[in-house]
This record gives sequence, C-alpha cells and structure tokens, in this order.
Amino acid sequence: MNIHEYQAKALLRSYGMPVPEGHAATTAEEAAAAAGALGAPVTVVKAQIHAGGRGAGHFAGKPEGKGGVRLARTPAEVTEAASAMLGQVLVTKQTGPAGRVVRTLYVESGCDIARELYFSMLVDRVTGRVVIVASPDGGMEIEEVAARTPERIFKEYIDPAKGLCDYQSRELAVRLGLKGREIRAFQAVVRAAYTAFTSLDAAIVEVNPLVVTGAGDLLALDAKMSFDENALYRHPEIAKLRDEHEEDPREREAAEYGLAYVGLDGNIGCMVNGAGLAMATMDIIKMEGEEPANFLDVGGGASKERVAAAFRILIGDPKVRGILVNIFGGIMRCDVIAEAIIAASHETGLNVPLVVRLAGTNVDRGKALLAESGLTIIPADDLGDAARKIVAAVRNAGA
Amino acid sequence: MSILVNKSTKVITQGFTGAQGTFHTEQALAYGTHMVGGVTPGKGGSVHLGLPVFDTVAQARAATGAEASVIYVPPAGAADAILEAIAAGIPLIVCITEGIPVQDMVRVRAALEQSGSLLIGPNCPGIITPDECKIGIMPGPIHRRGHVGIVSRSGTLTYEAVAQTTAIGQGQSTCVGIGGDPVKGMDFTDVLARMIEDPDTHSIVMIGEIGGTSEIDGAELIRASGTHKPVVGFIAGATAPPGRRMGHAGAVITGGHETASAKIEALREAGIHIAPSPAELGTTLARVLG
Repeated sequence: MNIHEYQAKALLRSYGMPVPEGHAATTAEEAAAAAGALGAPVTVVKAQIHAGGRGAGHFAGKPEGKGGVRLARTPAEVTEAASAMLGQVLVTKQTGPAGRVVRTLYVESGCDIARELYFSMLVDRVTGRVVIVASPDGGMEIEEVAARTPERIFKEYIDPAKGLCDYQSRELAVRLGLKGREIRAFQAVVRAAYTAFTSLDAAIVEVNPLVVTGAGDLLALDAKMSFDENALYRHPEIAKLRDEHEEDPREREAAEYGLAYVGLDGNIGCMVNGAGLAMATMDIIKMEGEEPANFLDVGGGASKERVAAAFRILIGDPKVRGILVNIFGGIMRCDVIAEAIIAASHETGLNVPLVVRLAGTNVDRGKALLAESGLTIIPADDLGDAARKIVAAVRNAGA
Repeated sequence: MSILVNKSTKVITQGFTGAQGTFHTEQALAYGTHMVGGVTPGKGGSVHLGLPVFDTVAQARAATGAEASVIYVPPAGAADAILEAIAAGIPLIVCITEGIPVQDMVRVRAALEQSGSLLIGPNCPGIITPDECKIGIMPGPIHRRGHVGIVSRSGTLTYEAVAQTTAIGQGQSTCVGIGGDPVKGMDFTDVLARMIEDPDTHSIVMIGEIGGTSEIDGAELIRASGTHKPVVGFIAGATAPPGRRMGHAGAVITGGHETASAKIEALREAGIHIAPSPAELGTTLARVLG
C-alpha cells in the first residue's frame, strides 16, 4: 500500500528523519496560509499523487506547461501555483497517459542544496535481508543509475540477528563522500529509516533526493513509503492512510471480496484460480492474438459469493467482450464452481461469450451442471482449447 | 527413490485441529502419507483423526520422531510456527500459509540459515512423491508415479504441469511447489540440485514467473551441472505490466532482469527447452523425450 509524500514525511519525522517544514493543503487559501506560516524566502508547492516524476510531468491539456512541483517566492505565487494544480490531472512518466487528479498539495520550505544523494531501504529477496541502497547520484531515477553506472550504487545488508549497526551507516557515508559532521547526520538518517521500516512493516522507504545543505545538514527533500499489505492488520494507523482516490475502483471492489485483481487494457476478461495459472492464462490469450482485460485470481477456496463478485467486476468492465474462466480444482471443487458460474451468469445478465475450462476435483459433475444449465456456455477441455475458443468467439461476436 | 520425502517420512501437522489442518490431514491420510500426529497449543493429550495431539512441536518430535511438519497456521502465527519447528529440529518444514508479513520471513530466513532444517514455502501447495507421500494441498488423484520432477512457484500451474505430463503417459517422481513469496525457504537451485542427483528423476519441468531472479540462478545451476536430463521450462507473466503485483507477493517486476522475456532467454541459454505456451508443457516434454 502506497501513501503520499506528506504522509511519509510526517511518519519519518516522527522516527527522527530530518525533513523540511511543511503543511498539506487542499485549497489555494490553505496553501497560501501554509506558506505564510512557514515564512520561508522560497516555498515549494508539490502535487500529492501516488506516482513519481511529478516535477518533470505536465498537466492534462497543457503539455508545454509547468509540472507538479513549483517554486513560489510570494503569497501570490503560492496561490497561483496552487490554483493551477488543484483539481487538475497531472500526467507523469509513472501515471500513464490517463494521469491522476491532484487533490492535495504539500507546501514546504525551500532549502539551499549543496549535494543530492539517493537513499532507500527494502527487503532484498535474494539474501532475505533488509538492504540499504545509497548513491551519490541523487535526484535521478535509481533504475537509470543502475543501468548506466552500477558502480555508483552502494549496498549494505542488515543481519536481522544484530539489527542495523551504526558503523554500517558510517561506512556508507564515507563511500558517499560525506565528511565531518555529515557522517553522523547520515547515521541518524539511516537509523530513523530503519526504525520506521521495521516498526511499521514498510516495504520500501525511499528518500530521493536526500540533500546536503550548504550548512552541512541532511534533509529528506522527497520521501516515498509503501507498506506490506500482509502486515497491515497489525498497523491500523497505517491502514487509515490509504487514499482510495489513488486506486482503481475495480481493484478496490475485488479486494473487498478477497480477490486479487489487476486491471489491464485488453478485451478478454479472465477468472482463474491461482496467481501463476492466472498469469499463464493471460499469456495464452495474447499468444492467440487477443489481449487480456485483467488479471484475476479467485483464490484457493473461492465461495459462491466470491465467484459472483468476480463475475460482476468482469461484466461491469465496458472493455470486456468475452470471458474466459479457467479453474483447476484442487481444494476447490469443479461442481461448486459450476454452480457459482451458473448463479452469477443469471444474476449478472451475462451478455458476452463465456468459455469455461474446468479440470481437477469433480470435473465431470461440474461439466454436466454447465451443460444442463441452459446457458450458452462454451465448454473447453484444456487451456489451449479454451484460449482458442474465447478468441474465436470474441472475433465472431465483433464481426 | 525420490527427493525429500517418501513413504516412510513421518509427518506432523501444525495447526492440526483447525479447519484447514483437519481437512488436509484427512486428505493426506487417505493418500497414504505417514501422518504421526499434530500440534495445537492447548489441546495436547487429546486425539484428533485418530492421531495424538501435542501442545508443542518439540513434544511431538520427541514422542513421534517426526521428520517433517506441515503448517496450516493462519498468517499472524505462521512465522512463529516455522521458528518453532526449526527450534525442535524438524528436518523438513512445509508451510502452506499465504499472507505472512515479509519482515517475519526475514527473521525466519536468518534462523533457517543457522539450522539444519529445510523449508518449503510459504504460500505454496507443498510437496508430493506420487503413491508415497503427499504433504500439502495438491489434489492427489491427478498425480501418477513416474520419472518427471516438477518444481514451480505456482500452485495451480503446477497441477497443470502434472496433468499435462500424466496426459502424455509420463508420471512424476517428486513435485515441489516452492511458493510465491519474495522471501522463502528452498528456491529453484535447492530443488533442482536434488532432482539432478536423484536417480529416479529422468527429466525436469521448471515453472517460474515474473519477479526476482531465482529462475536465472536455477538455469545457471543446470548449465553448470552438465546434466543430461532434459529440462522443460515455462515462465508465466509475459503479459504482466511492470510494477504491478500479480497476486503472488513476489510476482512483481521491479527491474529489467525480472521480466518473463529476460528469464526465458536465460533458461534457453542454459539449454532448457522452453514450452511455447502453458498448454504445451506436456507436449514439449514429449517432444524432447522423443
């Protein structure tokens, strides 16, 4: 689960991370008042959306205009910047062409930047340890640095038995070229990030750039945090930071029913049990020449209610022109799935071709139920057969 | 022969008396798995499904000589259940539970590395040696005794591989679902190394997916081993967009080497026969076996 920059900064500050003074605002008046309260010579007005590349982005309809991070020197400039951004759609490299509506701004004191560093923390899957990633090339995307100058990325792995050792932070600081009191300042930054990371079950803490000011202080100029969904149950205060405006409504509905769903751009909706088989089903649709409309894993123990919800989401997607159901029953019995498909088809008024492939436990009973249902369901024997049949059905219906 | 488990492997269930533990232990007993008991804290001394219940894994191991434990404990307690099994010295731990917090698994991994225990999972279907030992949630009847080793990050896609290899007249030596989580126990290399050594495994099917790089490590191990056993591979997620998590906690592309195409290339370079589609796992193997 992602949160906004202003929320990440407030959390990190509470763990001791040095961040510039700032206030969130949802109207131009609030933004101007926030800037007044800061009383800084230069104020930065930053659009709050869950996507990077805001500064280099543009607002919908104004491809040549300014981006989502603007400097302001006077109250009038703050008001102007805020009015130009609030309620508008910001398009960045990470949002895709649809962009995101800016509903909140973060108004922050500007600072005097001497150097920009990169700093992040995440769980490394190869070692199974928390890793600190740092680079002297801050302000750029780390993927770019990794591709062009991998030798300028430094890593330190944290042994969970010992926890973070401050000497690791100091060694990193030296490799980053920090000197004098900057070294202890960096040690404090890493300590704050690690305490927040482990206390809150974060998936990532990323500070880019981490700046060294002219006075030799360190400041987190931008901050991104995301959290392990599987651990949210023990952090209700973090779960409250979820911004539903930033999420696909189909994905939100799916999550309420315990379905794993990812919306895509194609026109064949799929409902599958198991994540690997669901991906493989998407892949084979593409191999047959069409595009999947979604990833949807109904899970191992899907109930009738869950299957019905999955159907509603698929049918509610105006792009979907055909549905492929692919179930390999293990714990899940094919006859139960068949009953759920029949009920959901009646309930939702199915109006696109439906191909159903069932395999595994009680498959014969499941197939018989579908055949006797009176619904125009196209049965398929295996995965390849299913993909060919749904692609043919969608093309026939479209012809 | 087979890898990791056979008909004499003594197995206990953690989370024994819960709904999942009860259902799957019944299935395992019906399949012929040598179940010797189970653990549910607070229910020690009772009998469930005709087997003794213990309060702790240490007691269960001492009383039954259990060599393997399967965990059906809910996510909040699952990492602790694995740590308990490690502490009790259980040689093989299979954790089916999906949804364990990653940082809990960081502690588990560290404990595993200091121990003699092996872990399969979490978030996996388990392990089966057909007609001998089924530990996990896979449907028993689709399997057939034979000589194909199957290793996969996915549950139902493993069943697909099993059904397809059975359909071409082959059977399986051992099938291992290593699970879909980013921090886990045994990985492709650990399983593949054993399958390469196993005289009863004559060919291998490995099924990976987007995210991480463990398939590439597995391919490198196969290449370096110089094995003559044919290996068929498939990587799911060629159509998955970058940055989006596809169901499994570990199925997310965060770098160019984690894509399906990069992994397929690495597998092909290692001499692995790539199944052109997930419907052709069996036919690709049939073609390779001639």
